Amino acid sequence: MHTVHTGETPDILLQLLSPEGMRLADADLDPWVAEVTGADLAALYQDMVVVRRIDAEATALQRQGELGLWPPLLGQEAAQIGSGRALRADDFVFSSYRENAVAWCRGIAPTDILRVWRGTAQSGWDPLVYRMATPSIIIGAQTLHATGWAMGAVFDGADSVAVAYFGDGATSEGDVSEALVFAASFQAPVVFFCQNNHWAISEPVGLQTRFGIAGRAPGFGIPSLRIDGNDVLAVMAATRLALNRARTGGGPTFIEAVTYRMGPHTTADDPTRYRPAAELEEWAKKDPILRLRRLLDSLGLFTPELESETQALADATAAELRAGCIGLPDPEPLTVLANVYATPHAGVDRQRAEYAAYLASFEPTGGKV
Amino acid sequence: MSIETIRSAPATRANGSTPVPATPVPVTPVSPIEAALTDTKTLTLAKAINAGLRQSMLDDPKVVLLGEDIGALGGVFRVTIDLLAEFGPNRVVDTPLAESAIIGTAVGLAYRGYRPVCEIQFDGFIFPGFDQIVSQVARFHYRTQGALRMPITIRVPFGGGIGAAEHHSESPEAYFTHTSGLRVIAVSNPQDAYSLIRQAIASDDPVLFFEPKRRYHVAGPVTPQLGEPFESARVVAAGTDVTLIAYGALVTTATDAALAAADEGISVEVIDLRSLSPIDYAAVEASVRKTGRLVVTHEAARSGGLGGEIIAEVTERCFDYLEAAPVRVTGFDIPYPAAKLESHHLPDLDRMLDGVDRVLGRRR
Repeated sequence: MHTVHTGETPDILLQLLSPEGMRLADADLDPWVAEVTGADLAALYQDMVVVRRIDAEATALQRQGELGLWPPLLGQEAAQIGSGRALRADDFVFSSYRENAVAWCRGIAPTDILRVWRGTAQSGWDPLVYRMATPSIIIGAQTLHATGWAMGAVFDGADSVAVAYFGDGATSEGDVSEALVFAASFQAPVVFFCQNNHWAISEPVGLQTRFGIAGRAPGFGIPSLRIDGNDVLAVMAATRLALNRARTGGGPTFIEAVTYRMGPHTTADDPTRYRPAAELEEWAKKDPILRLRRLLDSLGLFTPELESETQALADATAAELRAGCIGLPDPEPLTVLANVYATPHAGVDRQRAEYAAYLASFEPTGGKV
Repeated sequence: MSIETIRSAPATRANGSTPVPATPVPVTPVSPIEAALTDTKTLTLAKAINAGLRQSMLDDPKVVLLGEDIGALGGVFRVTIDLLAEFGPNRVVDTPLAESAIIGTAVGLAYRGYRPVCEIQFDGFIFPGFDQIVSQVARFHYRTQGALRMPITIRVPFGGGIGAAEHHSESPEAYFTHTSGLRVIAVSNPQDAYSLIRQAIASDDPVLFFEPKRRYHVAGPVTPQLGEPFESARVVAAGTDVTLIAYGALVTTATDAALAAADEGISVEVIDLRSLSPIDYAAVEASVRKTGRLVVTHEAARSGGLGGEIIAEVTERCFDYLEAAPVRVTGFDIPYPAAKLESHHLPDLDRMLDGVDRVLGRRR
């Protein structure tokens, strides 16, 4: 039984794919990926390569001054693609700011993901169109939004599910504990998907918790799974299992996907100041893309065609991203005072009129002085 | 398979007791009535809000109430009394004791098209939910360039004068008027309580709705009409010598002060702001241009309070009409004091009259 309800730190780690690319059996998870075909595996591989390329291109754009900041997901591709590809179109994602691969799975254009980091908008997309909320920068706040959305699904009799993405650092925030309490009390169809990437900027996961993260959830009345987050099949299986529980009235599930942030917290961070190089080397051996490639290879599915197609797709996506980023127009000045309220507000409307008049006073005079 | 095996939540607690599931209390449906209020009735302010909530819930199935003790108990002030029985536990939701979650889950419900009405049990308990209000609720419409609306009403019993323990008598309105994206309402009488709670719930913007808890049991006539737009101020008593601006519980005190001043031959115009964001400066300005003298009163601390903001705005708009420096009659810049000291802290009729005297140059 893969349950965690003792007072001991959980050490069970569910896997379907070893770092060497060997397919492992797991009676609980296997049924949820039984129908995954070779083509599906190839598609997952392509997804992961492409989002890693998006990540690298965005980092380069930041270094070249085209983005103010970028939060890399390097190393977390399997955790995000495996879960993102398990979702149904009518599910709703409430994420943190690092879930760029989940956004990719939701069909959000990579250029739209960059808008907030280039500073042209506070939200890159319409959350209601893609059914993915504006990523939350306040740590953990989105877990409550996911829970409320899921409570509404119960009220509506819908079988769609909310998925809350957050990190190991967020588990220390009060909002996350409150979300677990509410989700359990109302048996809300929400999946708490925690990517334990081991570092919250410079703080190691051991500072956030003395006890394994997955071990906390049962204390709230929520069953949990601790899975290898660099194993795309285990992630997909666990997510499907949790989604199914939610859809069939089973309530919330907590997933701890154990992964590793191979890059900095953001492009403004310098992990060499706090992180031992040996740890990075250790995790490089567990790379999520490499292990799926090894599996494909062993199945005779890693063909030259797949390799070149994937490379072409990654190149094209990166080129589109770069052009799209540089082509993003600066917002019109008066939009600074737009949409503060949904309905007219005398105070803001007055300031907008005043600022419009001020700006107009600088307009070209057509040659007249 | 695993669906059962991962049900790892313990069936019993450490002491062997079985956890009580969070099942809703049994409800007895009452016979449906078409409208909460069909003609003019005398209602207390608390009952008027109850009628307004009820009408809003009848009008729109997406209106849901969230809060602590709002179900079987009907709220600690009984404002939500009988609503659980009529609308059931999916629309009158007794929540666990976590204010951030009350607001945060309301955000998620708003994502689904709901119009949540959150009850914060007492003014002093709003701060655990402050981050969700100022960082999330207030900003989503702006953040998403209008794609996402947050039609959330947050009801807050506010103000002192009931001899309560600490954290039960606060006036936190200025924190919220300082936060753009929020509308802020403070009602003073049963009619406005009924009309404005309905307008607040119908608004596509988030509204902080402050209820004067020491006036909850004051009764007055209430008609079913929605009345004037909720951002408009109301002239409670017309006057020509001094403009006295109040909101919430102090509107009654200010009106009494105007009557007392009239005995001395001073004509005080009392304005009930009703809306604290936006403020109806057209009404304020019209009054000050007439009287030339302005007193603003509130229970909240003076520094950084609404009084200073109103006086600054009036000074910018009609400085030439002012006959004297405006005056603030407010709570002191102190944490809320013990019950036996609150009468010193709260503006009362005599302090308001003292303010009127000062703006008239009759005292220093």
